[in-house]
Amino acid sequence: MKRRNFIQLTSAGMGGLLLGSVPVFGHAVHPDAYLETVDVALKKRLADAALNAAKAKGATYADVRIGRYLQQYLFTREKQVQNIVNAESYGVGIRVLANGTWGFAATSNVTEAGIAKAAAQAVAIAQANAKFQKEPVQLAPVKGTGEVTWRTPIVKNAFAVPVAEKADLLLAANAKAMENGTSFVNSNLFQINEQKYFASTDGSYIDQDVHRIWPTFTVTAVDKTTGKFRTREALSSPMGMGYEYLSNPAPKIAGPAGTGLQGYYKYYDILEDAAAAAKQAKAKISAKSVVPGKYDLVLDPNHLGLTIHESVGHATELDRVLGYEANYAGTSFATLDKWQSKNFKYGSKLVNIFADKTQPGSLGYVEYDDEGVKTKRWDLIKEGLLVNYQATRDQAHIIHEKESHGCCYADNWSSVQFQRMANVSLAPGKTKLSVDDMIKNVEKGIYISGRGSFSIDQQRYNFQFGGTVFHEIKNGKIVGMLEDVAYQANTQEFWNSCAAICDESDYRLFGSFFDGKGQPAQISAVSHGSSTTRFNGVNVINTARKI
Amino acid sequence: MAILNKEEAQAILRKILSYSKADECEVNLSGTEGGNIRYARNSVSTSGAEENTSLAIESRFGKRAGTATINEFDDAALQKLVRQAEETARLAPENPEYIEFLSPQTYLPTNAHFASTANITPEYRAEVAGKSIEMANAQKLTAAGFLEDYSNFNAKMNSKGLFAYNQDSSVEFSVTMRTADGTGSGYATRDFSDVSKFDAVEASQVAIAKAMGSSNAKAIEPGKYTVILEPAALMANTDASLMGALLNSLDTRNADEGRSFLAKKGGGTKLGEKLFDERITIYSDPTNPDIPSSGWADDGRPQEKITWIEKGVVKNLYNTRYWAQHKNIKSIPRPGGFIMLGGTQSIDDMIKSTDRGILVTRLWYIRAVDPQTLLYTGLTRDGTFYIENGKIKHPVKNFRFNESPVIMLNNLEALGKPQRVGGNLVPPMKIRDFTFTSLSDAV
Repeated sequence: MKRRNFIQLTSAGMGGLLLGSVPVFGHAVHPDAYLETVDVALKKRLADAALNAAKAKGATYADVRIGRYLQQYLFTREKQVQNIVNAESYGVGIRVLANGTWGFAATSNVTEAGIAKAAAQAVAIAQANAKFQKEPVQLAPVKGTGEVTWRTPIVKNAFAVPVAEKADLLLAANAKAMENGTSFVNSNLFQINEQKYFASTDGSYIDQDVHRIWPTFTVTAVDKTTGKFRTREALSSPMGMGYEYLSNPAPKIAGPAGTGLQGYYKYYDILEDAAAAAKQAKAKISAKSVVPGKYDLVLDPNHLGLTIHESVGHATELDRVLGYEANYAGTSFATLDKWQSKNFKYGSKLVNIFADKTQPGSLGYVEYDDEGVKTKRWDLIKEGLLVNYQATRDQAHIIHEKESHGCCYADNWSSVQFQRMANVSLAPGKTKLSVDDMIKNVEKGIYISGRGSFSIDQQRYNFQFGGTVFHEIKNGKIVGMLEDVAYQANTQEFWNSCAAICDESDYRLFGSFFDGKGQPAQISAVSHGSSTTRFNGVNVINTARKI
Repeated sequence: MAILNKEEAQAILRKILSYSKADECEVNLSGTEGGNIRYARNSVSTSGAEENTSLAIESRFGKRAGTATINEFDDAALQKLVRQAEETARLAPENPEYIEFLSPQTYLPTNAHFASTANITPEYRAEVAGKSIEMANAQKLTAAGFLEDYSNFNAKMNSKGLFAYNQDSSVEFSVTMRTADGTGSGYATRDFSDVSKFDAVEASQVAIAKAMGSSNAKAIEPGKYTVILEPAALMANTDASLMGALLNSLDTRNADEGRSFLAKKGGGTKLGEKLFDERITIYSDPTNPDIPSSGWADDGRPQEKITWIEKGVVKNLYNTRYWAQHKNIKSIPRPGGFIMLGGTQSIDDMIKSTDRGILVTRLWYIRAVDPQTLLYTGLTRDGTFYIENGKIKHPVKNFRFNESPVIMLNNLEALGKPQRVGGNLVPPMKIRDFTFTSLSDAV
């Protein structure tokens, strides 16, 4: 965080302390500046200056990213606005290949002179590091795009909505939670706009305008007589959408009978969810503590998305497989020999998992990645077998591919782009199956919704996941709420226990807004789609303790 | 030049305040210079350098506040920024938890900035990576590591007459060594304010020994074990940690509101109660020479020596200025780093006194399971060893744990000498009945 020039959260900003892991970077900015953009002709001129300077210093390849990154975060609790963070970060990152080695330099001095200096620095770094390079970098070819533009297809720019209106909505959600019987509620609205201009010596000039949004809250119910407290988080998903996610009603997907839950996708009713959260947080205080054992789990997309993220998304990142993350996020059990065998049974035959950076509404939706590669969809697991990884231009040759998967991303102009997860999703079942029909066939099970606690080992094998709301299933029916639930499995056993997947009518996106990786650490945002899915015979533990 | 000295910072801050027409105004000015190098697969992957300066103004009219910032420092830009902050303040809702800015304070002098660290060059970073890679190559191991250094300044001035200035520096290094067959992995991490104390060879050697010793680990049954947790298993600067979780929970308001393990049944808090083994004493001190930090908190309150847990008793909780005033209690900011008193035992001593136990190098992916009991889960990683009859017998496969630091600090067997980890001083600990709930095949 130090390198990001963390904005001091001043007097009203104590909410920032409660949310200490929320990354905010850049300079604070007046809200009026949010609707400004940088002239494309100017960006092209500056980009050419960078590319020419790099080539003149000896680069055999260069790319430049001129980025304007905007964040607006609102934090409220109960009846008050705790903080509003407005941040802007503007600058240039230049990546070069010289002597077969990568070099990178970034500057906030967005002038031809500043850019030329950074380009020279990037080449010098590449040349200095070349003595440690074992093999020269091999880049999969990319055909130059010429001048192209792309924008997240938003209906209403969240940054154009007055801050007061957004704060009022969060405070109304807080009021709903309190009306329904809880004492404490924290609600937040995260908004991101990445104005990214990419150019490379391949002849690409790509101007993209990316938008993401995440409204969320945590409701806490306290029983002072017993000293017990329980929380219930929002069941929203962060989305690659504009403010229409909060203001443009669309049909919802009803949760299973007896749960009172709703599935949200293209529209999120924060007021309805806050009211339900308050009731459920209170109910959790007196819910039955789970009896540990084997259960059939029926997992809502709002929960399963995180399981996909951790056990498949990260496990199939090629840089992890190769060892580039060994010192930090770790490696992967899904090693090259398993992929080469063409017979590694990652999951049951029902399991088809794909990567896709072109899904509308998803957090990872862009037309080009951060090294100018056109995005696409491809299979990672097909009928249960591991068939591919997620790769960038300099990794494609390792898996014998002629083109990159378009998985390169940097969280800021000052960060070097590297391999980040695409949207990774579980394909829906091919035959019609509703959630209620799925539950009818479960004798002893638990229906889990919401992300809750999550932890997986450094090779993405052994995991333990919790959830936000747990409902017991007995003889085909939801019979009540459970508490103290967590399930443990290893990735391969878990996906091989996949027994049924609801059809496309139940398909929704889950999202991870602040996914961390790399040193220095960077964040990225990705979505994971799925329909409600059943896993048989999973080990459930009871997490209650006495202190 | 991103780093301004005290006089330069003071001059800019005074000028900005002279432009203010608000009821109250506070200005924060900060700058950083630093660099990093990352390596993996015995090759440097990325390295870079960065400098930045920024300025934030908060203006207030009554209970309304607005903030604006800029990174240009000419007079016109600064005046425009002050007006923007004032416009924003006029439009903002009233803050019911408003509290006026602090008046002048007295701060303890601290020595947190070292020229040795501020003067680190790209060549030095390359040398560290190169030496570590060379050592890995010599043992046919694969190295992945990261070195990052910073020099920073922060300054604050407000219309009530407060002025604060601080400089600090830090260097952090971590390295993971893996055996060629992928069956062994070892880790070491070091951090200092003064880079002259850092020895990359020593740290790399520790990771190499752990990697070579951890090859072909055997599986043993999960359950309750006596564990020896090295400092990097207790505190981390890259992930959540068990001791970090405990110290992060010492917040007064959460306890008062009943949503913390420190809340008492029927109301009130557990402040003053003995919750841990009597050998547990944790304090903070910005002047500590091993973990020097700023003499003032972000909100301008002075940092001083504070005892948080003394002989197992919770002595103090931190709070916001608003909550301290609202509850009429002592105003205590969250400190920069924690210091835990240790003992005299070395890790070897702890191993010798263990009949049957597990030595843990590092814990990973630690996440809260239940805030009511402060229960956390996570896994061992990069060097886990079985101890029998006072000796390391063989490496063991990694475990998943489910444990609360509250329970853990009641099951204390022995403490070692504190070491710096993530800006804190933490001793290795020997703990009985630590709960491992499953095995992991991950290396």
